[in-house]
Amino acid sequence: MPLDYVVKRFGLLVLTIILGVTINFMIPRLIPGDPVEQKLNQMFATSGGQMGDLTAMIESYRARFGLDQPLWNQYLNYWWSLLHLDLGYSLDRFPEKVSDSISSALPWTLGLVGISTLISFTIGTVLGGMLAWPRVPRLVRGLIPLLMILSAIPYFLLGLILVFVFAIVLKLFPAGGGYPYGGTLQFDLPTLSGILQHAFLPAASIILAGIGAWALSMRGMIVSILGEDYIILAEAKGLKQHRIFIWYAMRNALLPQITTLGLTMSHVVAGAILVEVIFAYPGIGYKLFQAIGAKDYFVIQGIVLMMIVAIAVILFILDLIYPLIDPRIAYERR
Amino acid sequence: MNTESKTQTRRLRFPNLDLTLVVGISLLLTVLLFGLIGPSFFDPKTTNVGAFPPRLPPSNDHWLGTDSQGRDVMAALTYATPQTLKIGVLAGIIGLGIGVILGLVSGYFSGIVDTVIRTTTDVLNTIPGIALLVVIATMMRMMSVELMAMIIAALAWRYPARAVRAQTLTLRERAYVQVARLNGMGGLEIIVKEVLPNLLPYIAGSFVATVSQATLSSIGLEALGLGPQNTLTLGMMIYWAQYYSAILRNMWWWWAPPIVVIVLIFVGLFFVSSGLDQMVNTRLRRTE
Amino acid sequence: MSDAILQVKDLRVYYHTGSGCVRAVEGVSFNLTKGKRLGLVGESGSGKSTTALALMRLLNPPGRIEGGQILLGAVDLTKLSDEEMRQVRFSQVSMIPQGAMNSLNPVMRIREQFVDTMEAHDQRLAKKEADAKVHDLLGQVGLRREVARMYPHELSGGMKQRVCVALSITLRPKLIIADEPTSALDVVVQRQVMETLGQVQAVLGAAVILVGHDMGLMAQFVDRLGVMYAGRMVEVGPVEDIFREPLHPYSQMLIESLPSLEGKHQFKGIPGVSPSLLNPPPGCAFHPRCRMAVARCSSEMPPLQEIQPGHWTSCHLVEVRT
Repeated sequence: MPLDYVVKRFGLLVLTIILGVTINFMIPRLIPGDPVEQKLNQMFATSGGQMGDLTAMIESYRARFGLDQPLWNQYLNYWWSLLHLDLGYSLDRFPEKVSDSISSALPWTLGLVGISTLISFTIGTVLGGMLAWPRVPRLVRGLIPLLMILSAIPYFLLGLILVFVFAIVLKLFPAGGGYPYGGTLQFDLPTLSGILQHAFLPAASIILAGIGAWALSMRGMIVSILGEDYIILAEAKGLKQHRIFIWYAMRNALLPQITTLGLTMSHVVAGAILVEVIFAYPGIGYKLFQAIGAKDYFVIQGIVLMMIVAIAVILFILDLIYPLIDPRIAYERR
Repeated sequence: MNTESKTQTRRLRFPNLDLTLVVGISLLLTVLLFGLIGPSFFDPKTTNVGAFPPRLPPSNDHWLGTDSQGRDVMAALTYATPQTLKIGVLAGIIGLGIGVILGLVSGYFSGIVDTVIRTTTDVLNTIPGIALLVVIATMMRMMSVELMAMIIAALAWRYPARAVRAQTLTLRERAYVQVARLNGMGGLEIIVKEVLPNLLPYIAGSFVATVSQATLSSIGLEALGLGPQNTLTLGMMIYWAQYYSAILRNMWWWWAPPIVVIVLIFVGLFFVSSGLDQMVNTRLRRTE
Repeated sequence: MSDAILQVKDLRVYYHTGSGCVRAVEGVSFNLTKGKRLGLVGESGSGKSTTALALMRLLNPPGRIEGGQILLGAVDLTKLSDEEMRQVRFSQVSMIPQGAMNSLNPVMRIREQFVDTMEAHDQRLAKKEADAKVHDLLGQVGLRREVARMYPHELSGGMKQRVCVALSITLRPKLIIADEPTSALDVVVQRQVMETLGQVQAVLGAAVILVGHDMGLMAQFVDRLGVMYAGRMVEVGPVEDIFREPLHPYSQMLIESLPSLEGKHQFKGIPGVSPSLLNPPPGCAFHPRCRMAVARCSSEMPPLQEIQPGHWTSCHLVEVRT
């Protein structure tokens, strides 16, 4: 893999993070009447000026980010804290730190969203491939309008429907939460099965909502690839149908499909986060929802920043993987 | 010979109307009519909090019952629909406008201008819209329909900018643009007279996609509780339904109808965009 | 006649489209002897490429072989099942495609693209033997063995086309169909590729059908020439005969339109436009543009007649010579 390709992509990653951090920093300061300051003042006032640690925190905040500080100083201080992984304190659950708040919720989200997205992508892509097979039976082709409709429904709305049908009416699955109520988290079978039960519906929402889109896009790509010259020569060579379909058609369609995965990554994450809200699933999304309700600005900013960084890193990794799959990319610099 | 070619062109003009496009437009028109004409059937006061006894199931008096705050759900639905459409379309138009201008400029004039715009757009595209929208929306003291549209538009231009830029790059190399340049036409004039008209199908496609995006963002923000608290939109209806545990209380008449209307909107938009894609493609195949 | 490896009799290919039935190939017949080269020349839409595709039964719906016979030796290819035809492809009849730019699978190494051809025809060789065979084939078209490990985008246009030539002889077919193999290449590379094709064909003893619109190329390469117009074969015969004395008005105008190195003449095109294949003109397809057309030409379709031994044409105004 040529060095300048890696460097360029890494540069993009750094640029994204810088932009994300800057926007995150600027927003509260651009809105008239700095809301963060206001919230802090309000908290201070309601506590009657006697909150020990809270006072200390507010003082140190003022010292670093206070309005009497020149903007540049605030900006640099912000970066300084970030690089020390100090995202501040949760205003709602003081003295819990934002980083702790996030790290307790993060594994839940990674598990749910990560695995569901992978399953959704894989099943959708394979399904799309099957739908594009020239000899596909009429019945299967009837799936296409259904998939079109499915792909147009926002993730979390599908979640609502699933909750109603499976949790309330059919009572097959729990309606919310990440693990059985009142239970403790241990590494044993009952807990694990409880976790899986609770994860089932949220996962199903993400998977079902995504399948339509992946299947349709894969099918579209294969259909257009089937018109390419190399398919004609493959047929002329007397290759068997399935070989042509898998190694000439699908293999070539996989590349743009993965690119699409990268491009839509932010949408996937956004949708999944809303699903967590519907199911009160204890991940980052639900944390965000709670923080919004409590106007816990530091947690909100922390989560948003983390999302930006996480997606940028995932895209960077995808960019590194891509040349391994598509031989044309690695040699782009010729 | 002459009569032959005439009938040929006449036939060519209409077979493009793809079925998907027609279905999509009908769905959207239905929702539009519902949202524009529907409210005239209901007294706006019936959508106020406390207008009726709460949690009533559907009946002859209230076709979709009442919600936990005493609103007539059917009436609320007809008033909420145009609000949601308003946000989506408003954000879509503004976002499209900005996006088209940036895309045209970036695609036509390469060099530094292009690099700056392109890199910014690329980087911003990787940042999840919802994330930034959440940060901005949380810090607003007051939220209104118009304000939401503006905030969403602030990020909605990303997609059309990229799409328009890509198309402009292709069109720029077309023969008629080269000819115009040789004839001494200035850059801006070429963009407006030669490039823009040929971009129209792509702009239409981008518009649909942008509106779809924007509506999705607005509903997402509302579901998180960041929507206009005093106005009813479809997303807000869902938010309130969630807030008052409508699902657990089995109040399907409250949370299901907004979902139905939203799904109709998105499916309609999807079909329209799919149909437009087909049209653009067949057109391409014929010209090349 | 007995060593004619290919006999095409009254081949008809129609495309059944929504607007009607497009008669792409309307009763084409010709023979090809072992080891000889036949050129199929004509303007766009004359049906030459369609004929080539039909010979390998590579037509996609709505195109279909509507009638006629394609006799490869004693076997009628139109009557074979899909699986039988698949086995014939490349092992008996192979093809060098038009757009080599895009005819090779972009994500497969060159070597694999040879190997999968062999495996599809049940030739499973051990790795070393397969490599040796691939290197040999590449050598025959003048490419280094390192090419085997490369991906298509690493090769130039001429190299890719030569890979296609090598691919076409992998299974030692009896007939190679070259569909405008050099139209995307510049003149110098064109010559190299055609020379290569000629060499491998001679080594193999295979027959070649060269489809194209470049009369100059035809003159240099083929033994017999078939001139197609509006899906019909209007003249077929030894290439020198046709150039020296074109019998059909269309061939005459084609040859007259060729620029000559001797003296400056005015460029002569052929007036008019190609006919619609959806509603072909009645009688002789060329009559609207023919400068010698008489009344009979617009009502009766002229049959393909052998005017001189080996030289056929379909025109009412040409008499059989005894």
